[in-house]
Amino acid sequence: MKEYQTITEISGPLVHVETDEPIGYNEIVEIETGDGETRRGQVLDSSSDHVAIQVFEGTEGIDMDSSVRFLGETMKMPVTEDLLGRVLDGSGNPIDGGPDIVPDERRDIVGAAINPYSREYPEDFIQTGVSAIDGMNTLVRGQKLPIFSGSGLPHNDLALQIARQASVPEEEAGEDEDTEFAVIFGAMGITAEEANEFMDDFERTGALERSVVFMNLADDPAVERTVTPRLALTTAEYLAFDKGYHVLVILTDMTNYCEALREIGAAREEVPGRRGYPGYMYTDLAQLYERAGRIKGQEGSITQIPILTMPSDDITHPIPDLTGYITEGQILVDRDLNSQGIQPPIDPLPSLSRLMDDGIGEGLTRGDHGGVSDQLYAAYAQGEDLRDLVNIVGREALSERDNKYLDFAERFEEEFVQQGYGTDRDIDETLDIGWDLLSMLPKEELNRIDEENIAEYYREDVEAEVAAD
Amino acid sequence: MSQATDTTVREDGVIESVSGPVVTAKDLDAKMNDVVYVGEEGLMGEVIEIEGDITTIQVYEETSAVAPGEPVEGTGSPLSVDLGPGMLDSIYDGVQRPLDVLEDKMGSAFLDRGVDAPGIDLEKTWEFTPEVEEGDEVEAGDIVGSVPETPSIDHKVMVPPDYEGGEVVAIESGNFNVEETVAELDNGEEIQMRQEWPVRSARPTEDKQTPTEPLTSGQRILDGLFPLAKGGTAAIPGPFGSGKTVTQQSLAKFADADIVVYIGCGERGNEMTEVIDDFPDLPDPQTGNALMARTCLIANTSNMPVAARESCVYTGITIAEHYRDMGYDVALMADSTSRWAEAMREISSRLEEMPGEEGYPAYLAARLSQFYERAGYFDNINGTEGSISAIGAVSPPGGDFSEPVTQNTLRIVKTFWALDSDLAEKRHFPAIDWNDSYSLYRDQLDPWFVENVAEDWPEQRQWAIDILDEDGELQEVVQLVGKDALPEDQQLTLEVARFIKEAWLQQNALHDVDRYCPPEKTYRILGAIRTFNDEAIDALDAGVPIEEITGIDAAPQLNRIGTTPDDEVDEFVDDLESDIADQLRSLY
Repeated sequence: MKEYQTITEISGPLVHVETDEPIGYNEIVEIETGDGETRRGQVLDSSSDHVAIQVFEGTEGIDMDSSVRFLGETMKMPVTEDLLGRVLDGSGNPIDGGPDIVPDERRDIVGAAINPYSREYPEDFIQTGVSAIDGMNTLVRGQKLPIFSGSGLPHNDLALQIARQASVPEEEAGEDEDTEFAVIFGAMGITAEEANEFMDDFERTGALERSVVFMNLADDPAVERTVTPRLALTTAEYLAFDKGYHVLVILTDMTNYCEALREIGAAREEVPGRRGYPGYMYTDLAQLYERAGRIKGQEGSITQIPILTMPSDDITHPIPDLTGYITEGQILVDRDLNSQGIQPPIDPLPSLSRLMDDGIGEGLTRGDHGGVSDQLYAAYAQGEDLRDLVNIVGREALSERDNKYLDFAERFEEEFVQQGYGTDRDIDETLDIGWDLLSMLPKEELNRIDEENIAEYYREDVEAEVAAD
Repeated sequence: MSQATDTTVREDGVIESVSGPVVTAKDLDAKMNDVVYVGEEGLMGEVIEIEGDITTIQVYEETSAVAPGEPVEGTGSPLSVDLGPGMLDSIYDGVQRPLDVLEDKMGSAFLDRGVDAPGIDLEKTWEFTPEVEEGDEVEAGDIVGSVPETPSIDHKVMVPPDYEGGEVVAIESGNFNVEETVAELDNGEEIQMRQEWPVRSARPTEDKQTPTEPLTSGQRILDGLFPLAKGGTAAIPGPFGSGKTVTQQSLAKFADADIVVYIGCGERGNEMTEVIDDFPDLPDPQTGNALMARTCLIANTSNMPVAARESCVYTGITIAEHYRDMGYDVALMADSTSRWAEAMREISSRLEEMPGEEGYPAYLAARLSQFYERAGYFDNINGTEGSISAIGAVSPPGGDFSEPVTQNTLRIVKTFWALDSDLAEKRHFPAIDWNDSYSLYRDQLDPWFVENVAEDWPEQRQWAIDILDEDGELQEVVQLVGKDALPEDQQLTLEVARFIKEAWLQQNALHDVDRYCPPEKTYRILGAIRTFNDEAIDALDAGVPIEEITGIDAAPQLNRIGTTPDDEVDEFVDDLESDIADQLRSLY
């Protein structure tokens, strides 16, 4: 172990140290302050005579006389199946008062990229029991599907509902019935209250025993947030690809993670990209999100649901923007629907699941799923469009056809999207509600659905009813 | 990356500093763009700056734990690719390491560091058939023979462009591996199937021609409104979720090119997996063989090292040029060039270069134009003609087209397919905005369409454009006063425009039939809509109310032509057109 007392500069989260031996890039460092406290950090920049260190727990109390120890290895996460049921802090130390963790192995937290050739294409439908997701933005095992939300919106309730209800429908479970299901929860900079909400729910539903919780709270050091998701994902990879678990990783809030990246970038005086975020933020985020997936010949899978709050609800802000370019779709939580009292307030129009098409259809969900989904989209989009017009000319000025679409949009929100956080709808129920609504429209309008499906599922009685009104 | 040559090992240097993918070394004797091996693990890198005794290197692999003081070894040769049979049906990373071989060598699904593999299999033998005889004179670039590379493609064995050429003194057919000599020249030059070429320089050609033949894509909006030429360049910009990748993949599947080079540059891992899974099973619409038999994939996903992302477009286009030299039409897709530009930006900022617009390096525009200039319809040095059509996806931040990568790309490319998030939200796919998109090849391609598809192709297209323009203007009025306030003839225009959008411009990439639409069918669908338009105008003139006209049973059938199998289309459309005429005429 190499130890120095040659700090030359301390600025923000960074400490610069003069060295006389080579120090590896990304190596882990311990800094001991005057009052005996130990801080951990990581080498960000290494040259032959000095290094720049990013300190996870903040630089308060570090002075020029503090001693710096280089541990000669990069950051590792101790992994074992016994982590299930445990609560750890943002650096991976237990905070639940339980026994020490005896690791099977210590893994580098940076993680290697999965060889695209070795990946297995995700196509196993996960039923979340939420109609707006299952019906129109289907989640599959091994997908990364973020929730884009805003401050003060109920994204946590939605995430909990998914974590609670997510299941694979019985017919399909078949061969891998014994594969187990685990939840990894990585919190970055969330408030203690939010954290309690999650913990209470985990404990109440008994989910905790199949979960590993990493907590970096709002008052924990910001720089530590850059490590927390990597610890969580390293644990997830171990459970999924070594132990065969189907792992659901919930990361919240990615906005806080990106803020931490920006803080470090600014302290290093890097040339900033858009809105002051570092130019390498895309690559950095990709290194987290791309750790979702399936691998050929392996039982387990990693499904990621990162949550982020869009600053001032702006989807073009760099954080949601770069995320959307990497993830396989997004679920949008909408402020207007929320104020209408719709639970969960998911706006299906800007939401998207890129892996949906291969996870649905005959033999997977139901033959009419794709058509119903497309038609619901198109019809709701048309209804939404007409709402602007109604505000100007009033309903009477619109044609009968337009009025039908307006009614459709209304009922769609109230019956399809609205369901409450406690309701678990299976896929048949979701699609049947879809047909109830689509049957309000004349048959000829259903141009996205195959004729056989219309013949099988279209409900003449509903159309007649509407026509009679 | 080319492994096979023995390169003289130069004087080694030592690492001076490490910052992410950028490493500096002291006392290394190397030229610009030389390949070097960095550190104890021998990570591959490339020299990008030399200043005094300090050499700056971009490393193609992850640099965690690499420390100053470790050795750097020069190879003395620039970053090159191996060219030869075996590139098709392959999947490479950004420096031409075959990913399937890496999986074997690493024994893991995760990409390890410091493992290398040649771009083409050096052991495999191919059946060589000479195309020249002993005594023939050959020059640089000339074809001396061929090997059946895949069921679709004969790989031509050529005299390397940097050879002098001369009289063939020995050549015979038989099975050879790629390193064995298949032909000898009187000046002592030996020709193997394998060539090596530095990725950053274009392979030589004789001349560039003006393209006159379309690269038909089977996508109605592209062939019908914004066609791309063989040898042309196109950009597809769009915000996330607007369908860039689906459009690129449709082109890779259905474009009538001989060879497809698909570069996944900084994109999603699962997307590449989808291509790897799908292409071996999908038939090539031209030959009926598996699509992979004409495809070379380059996958450098977003979480793979950023420096290799910078090089992957060059690797791809060099491979494309090799097939062009054989006289093939090559289509190259780069998804996405923005990630490539960002890789340049990332490296540039680590070099502490003075940034240009939005932090991109000042040479962004120059690099983009160099890349697109390597596309074109060429007279090759061996007398054949070949083309490279380059199609680059662009991912503008926030979907804002005014950003530097989109703008600099638009200054170069001649076809612009603008993707629109509003259309995507309405599930109007392909979400290509017909108002903003353009193709500067339209006029030079019209003679081909007139000769091969239909005489009134240009005129019918213009009719569709006029209707869509008028629709755009009317929609603004409708937003204010509602549709029913418009005169009946304008209401009809709206209705016809709706059919153009729903039945013609929209195309379902997931439907077995609709995903590929030959130009003839593209023409027939639009023709049927036009028939409806013309008959409806007559009916309106005769005093039939608009509701009755749009309410005829036959009208919604227009939306079903797209999903009608190709061999039934003519009959279906003939019947439909006469139904439309009968039903409308019966109203007056």
